[in-house]
Amino acid sequence: MADSFSINDEMSGRRKFLVAATSVAGGIAGAAIATPFLLSMMPSERAKAAGAPVEVDISKLEPGMLIMVEWRGKVVWVLNRTPEMLETLVKVEGELADPNSDKKQQPEYAKNRTRSIKPAILIIEGVCTHLGCSPVFRKEIAPADLGPDWLGGFFCPCHGSKFDLAGRVYKSVPAPTNLVVPPHTYLSDSRLLIGSESEGSA
Amino acid sequence: MSKLFNSMIEWVDKRFPLTSNWRAHLSEYYAPKNFNFWYFFGSLALLVLVNQLITGIFLTMNYKPDASLAFSSVEYIMRDVDYGWLIRYMHSTGASMFFVVVYLHMFRGMMYGSYRKPRELLWLIGMVIFFVLMSLAFTGYILPWGQMSYWGAQVIVSMFGAIPTIGETLQHWLLGDFTLSDAALNRFFAYHVVTLPLILLILVFAHILALHEVGSNNPDGIEIKQNKNPTTGIPVDGIPFHPYYSVKDIVGVVVFLMVFCGIIFFAPEMGGYFLEYNNFIPANTLQTPDHIAPVWYFTPYYSMLRAVTVNFLWVDAKLWGVILMAGSVVIFCFLPWLDRSPVKSIRYKGAYFKTALTLFVISFFVLGWLGTKSPTPLYTLLAQIFTVIYFAFFILMPWYSKIDKTKPEPKRVKE
Amino acid sequence: MKKITILMFVVCMAPFSLFGSEPGMSLDSAPVNTIDNASLQRGAESFVNYCLTCHGASFMRYNRHRDIGFTNEQILDKLVFTGQKVGDLMQSAMWKKEGEEWFGVVPPDLSVIARSRGADWLYTYLRAFYRDDSTVTGWNNLVFDRAAMPHVLYQLQGEQKLVVKTSDKGEQKTLVLDKQGEMTKAEFDKFVGDLVNYLVYLGEPHANARKELGFIVMAFLLGMLVLSYALKREYWKDIH
Repeated sequence: MADSFSINDEMSGRRKFLVAATSVAGGIAGAAIATPFLLSMMPSERAKAAGAPVEVDISKLEPGMLIMVEWRGKVVWVLNRTPEMLETLVKVEGELADPNSDKKQQPEYAKNRTRSIKPAILIIEGVCTHLGCSPVFRKEIAPADLGPDWLGGFFCPCHGSKFDLAGRVYKSVPAPTNLVVPPHTYLSDSRLLIGSESEGSA
Repeated sequence: MSKLFNSMIEWVDKRFPLTSNWRAHLSEYYAPKNFNFWYFFGSLALLVLVNQLITGIFLTMNYKPDASLAFSSVEYIMRDVDYGWLIRYMHSTGASMFFVVVYLHMFRGMMYGSYRKPRELLWLIGMVIFFVLMSLAFTGYILPWGQMSYWGAQVIVSMFGAIPTIGETLQHWLLGDFTLSDAALNRFFAYHVVTLPLILLILVFAHILALHEVGSNNPDGIEIKQNKNPTTGIPVDGIPFHPYYSVKDIVGVVVFLMVFCGIIFFAPEMGGYFLEYNNFIPANTLQTPDHIAPVWYFTPYYSMLRAVTVNFLWVDAKLWGVILMAGSVVIFCFLPWLDRSPVKSIRYKGAYFKTALTLFVISFFVLGWLGTKSPTPLYTLLAQIFTVIYFAFFILMPWYSKIDKTKPEPKRVKE
Repeated sequence: MKKITILMFVVCMAPFSLFGSEPGMSLDSAPVNTIDNASLQRGAESFVNYCLTCHGASFMRYNRHRDIGFTNEQILDKLVFTGQKVGDLMQSAMWKKEGEEWFGVVPPDLSVIARSRGADWLYTYLRAFYRDDSTVTGWNNLVFDRAAMPHVLYQLQGEQKLVVKTSDKGEQKTLVLDKQGEMTKAEFDKFVGDLVNYLVYLGEPHANARKELGFIVMAFLLGMLVLSYALKREYWKDIH
């Protein structure tokens, strides 16, 4: 008695074509099925709503004062710099890694010496560009621990990175780049919107 | 290219039995050539299992097993998570389709005598898989924490209270509280996503190993291994599983997916059978819905639970109901030893067996239908009658299968 | 064998409605059409005006209403009253505790009410209030006896009263308009129809997208069926 089947080692052209076509269709189906699963891991509508732009009233922000705002779970600093503070920005430039903000760590409208729209008001994410710790605002001049050259700025306690009062990083510290300026806009003189450049998307 | 591929395979084969397993389980696993559509349901069960595992993992990413958050986390998945609705419907539809496929798979076994020697252990492993599947369905149904989740679970857990002496303590131990509450939800979640799937996977693996040890049965119920080609040693009625049944199963998979996707995309509630309407109401521990019924796949057993209304033999009706319900599932395990027919397949069995199986199927459906209805005196009477028929199918089998007029089995399988 | 297969099919197709309702009360059919954006938009505005004061729809975000053709500005303008953000959930303006004090029960969240009650029940219920001085609220309902909810829409519908006719067929309960409201019966039916249509949308906002995707998937599977069947035929030529 013979077997019930006979496999030819050489596949016919039709068979080859059908195997290829089914494999391609199966591959498309696999990719199509994977897509919704991968997309389900993106920030959900709840996360998007929680990460919506934040409105801040800065009418009571005195010169020299810093307030913290939460946006997308991150801390954003709003600092009203005094004229003396702004002067230090010029003095420290020689010691900075990227004084002209050439690396894209800020929107176009904040690519200037003060890294801001209005010179006095700094809006910056308080997240160290090294490993994500939150630096400390140290406005005192020449404190014992930071040395006599310190003119005020941000100091990261985790790994010792230093930034000036525009969030620009000093040379020879672990952090590679300046602090990030988030997208923001002024809805009026004293109403600031952080997280968006237009009112409509609020 | 193929040279590189071959040398890679060779490298692996020296370290892992890749090619030998491929041969043993696919390209040189010889299955009878006369499988009909009933033989799709084994591979489809595997497909649904994979569906449940993958969609389940993605659901756990957003689900919260907390009595105060569970219901809203499900709606969060349905609305706020991208494609969350699709993943959830795939899982909820998959649960019901798992039972559809497994019931058909079991019925196939009953028709063609797949439980008979030498496949008794294969059948028993399959039955344990069925028990685990029921536990998975039960623990999973609790998770959305809707009214039906809550009160359905309440009823099931109360059944343990029917056990004499230890019942109440056992119930408290199961719940981790004095009532069904957050503690139970939390631990049932653990069973549903870790314990039971793990056990299920091991059992499915054992089920396939056992199948490939004894070989597949077929609609004629004859052993193809008893008739081998003397030169090749291959059963003359056998064909390699791969490529012949792998390409055939793809067709089965596509047809199944058309039904499956049809439900997911056009009728995910399936008229209230797959997703019950009352389960869209958050669990209220103080108010039972007017009408509670388990999900459709449990309704036949639920009917039998309710069918007993009298106390007898020193045991009260509640406990009898529980015993009957458990018995109605466990009794399948005894099939290999209850069937005394000289032939396996329904094709060669006589009128007695065919009648008995038909009555059994009818009673299964009628009991299932009754389980969705509120009990009335007429319905309870019907449930009692069909419960008797259901059990008679098994208990009388040694007798009617022996005296049945069978036809002789052929030597070779029919086309 | 065939018979068993047919039998199973018949049983599977058995009555497909499991919604509970008061015995003897037939429900009116709700005009549901979830692709009618104009109707859904009217329904959404009515929902916010009449329902959201007491009930929440706390699984639904305002900005989701872009589904039904609103822009973010329109949503802020027409739907959001309480100074919330466009991405917020539609929470009720009332505290749960107040609700319990006022009505005896916390008004249920309406996000998925159409999925538990069914559109027809809601459509009938909202039109079946009548004056009944024996209840706390002064209102009763033909499909939900002693509902805790008062007739919120009475200014629109007017006041109905119950007429019970006893014949040899038993009691027959009908409602008769006693005082005319701001709307005619046809206008009010349309108003409630839009509202219920919106509630159906609210229960499953993705339903339209689901069906659209379903057609693509089914078309693909149909092609896949032809292909895989041809493949199977080709291979099974080997079997003799």
